[in-house]
Amino acid sequence: MSDQLIADLGEIVQEATGIPASRVVPGVSFRDDLDIDSLSMVEIATMAEDKFGVSIPDAELAELKTVDDVVAFLGKAGVPA
Amino acid sequence: MTGTPARSVLVTGLGATTPLGGDMPATWRALLDGQSGASVLADEWAADLPVRLAARAAHDPADLLPAPRMRSLDRSQQFAMIAGLEAWRDAGAPEVDPERLAVVVSSGIGGVTTLLDQYDVLRSSGARRVSPFTVPMIMPNGPAATLALELSARAGAHSPVSACASGAEAIGYGLQMIRDGRADVVVCGGAEAAIHPLPLAAFAAMRALSSRHEEPKAASRPFDKQRDGFVLAEGAAVIVLEAAEHARARGASTYAVLAGAGMANDAHHVAAPEPEGRGAAAAIAAAVEDAGISFGDIAHINAHATSTPAGDVAEAAAIRRAFEGHADRIAVTSTKSCTGHLLGAAGALEAAITCLTLRDRVVPATANLDDPDDAVQLDLVRMSPRDLAPGGAALSNSFGFGGHDVALVFTEA
Repeated sequence: MSDQLIADLGEIVQEATGIPASRVVPGVSFRDDLDIDSLSMVEIATMAEDKFGVSIPDAELAELKTVDDVVAFLGKAGVPA
Repeated sequence: MTGTPARSVLVTGLGATTPLGGDMPATWRALLDGQSGASVLADEWAADLPVRLAARAAHDPADLLPAPRMRSLDRSQQFAMIAGLEAWRDAGAPEVDPERLAVVVSSGIGGVTTLLDQYDVLRSSGARRVSPFTVPMIMPNGPAATLALELSARAGAHSPVSACASGAEAIGYGLQMIRDGRADVVVCGGAEAAIHPLPLAAFAAMRALSSRHEEPKAASRPFDKQRDGFVLAEGAAVIVLEAAEHARARGASTYAVLAGAGMANDAHHVAAPEPEGRGAAAAIAAAVEDAGISFGDIAHINAHATSTPAGDVAEAAAIRRAFEGHADRIAVTSTKSCTGHLLGAAGALEAAITCLTLRDRVVPATANLDDPDDAVQLDLVRMSPRDLAPGGAALSNSFGFGGHDVALVFTEA
């Protein structure tokens, strides 16, 4: 799993929610472990779209529940690991 | 009338963030010092506006709230949080059952800067770029909801909206909640953040604002012959109301007693005050009666007077109408001369100031009152603060576009 992608995602989560980037690690659930609500997830998705140059449709966003889900999504979207 | 006396309601905490200071003590000191919070806006967006005067909050909320929190709260909600938490701490963070704790915080306009900023985002970048926090940020109940969430207040969260009387109406609502037995502690007040080109242009279009750009600190001059409108200000003020038995049981210190509230409506014009002051006088009389005191017991009035030509004279007429001969023995001031006009937060700020006036027994002077209007036949406190004899009660008036009239009566603790 790409350390750089996770580090970038951690920065986004920290900027959007104030949760330290260091807590964004494989196996972590955004809602259950980090207590991130659905509105903040929308903001994180928008920031991720900008950062990684991808489009995250709403149907996909609903399935991005963990850090691993996001990394897998970005890999599938062709973002270099 | 029933045989049960109304529950006595005390003010046990104060908080504010205003153009005069980042908290209540700093605001009070600056007020007694006669300072003005007004300045000419240097922002590029203000350059072409007919009025570029405003009174910005002395402290930017960004210095106190973490960045992610800032992004999900409208500026009015940020102010409400800062003032609300100060008031809560000042009250000693009372231990109260969440089911017996309520929040009543109003805003005259709500999240207007967020609304307009997000419309700009929509037009420039498209719908998907609009912040997912937009709706909770623009709703006028947002400041109350934000603070209720922070304090876990479950007895109710309310936001009566009555333009520039909103903050006072919130306090009246809080009083009623405690009297009705719906809560033991109510955190109440008002918050406003409307310094943005559209509200400035809109108030200027009504010819409601002062355009004394050459002398910004002299622009807000209630009751003065040369007044030409109000100065738009921003900030928040919050007071903690507490049932007397609850406050005494925990040994809380008290600023004042909120003895009564009175409300009426002009039903005259949507923006202009009724020139004889009938509605305002009715609200004042209702507040005095509600407090169970007589007109002669009122020694001080913190006037609504915003520095508009019509409003100040109508309020003076209302005071005369309500108090008749007693009016000559009442020390009247308008603290908007220093703070500017905080719209939906104004009534709450002036209620908080009135509590400090009663505690310290000193009435702040109306600044810039060089030449009182002949049509205002009142004992105006000007030039320097004036001591208030022990015992006298105080009234705080608030009026709003729409014809809303609200008066609050405070007595010594």
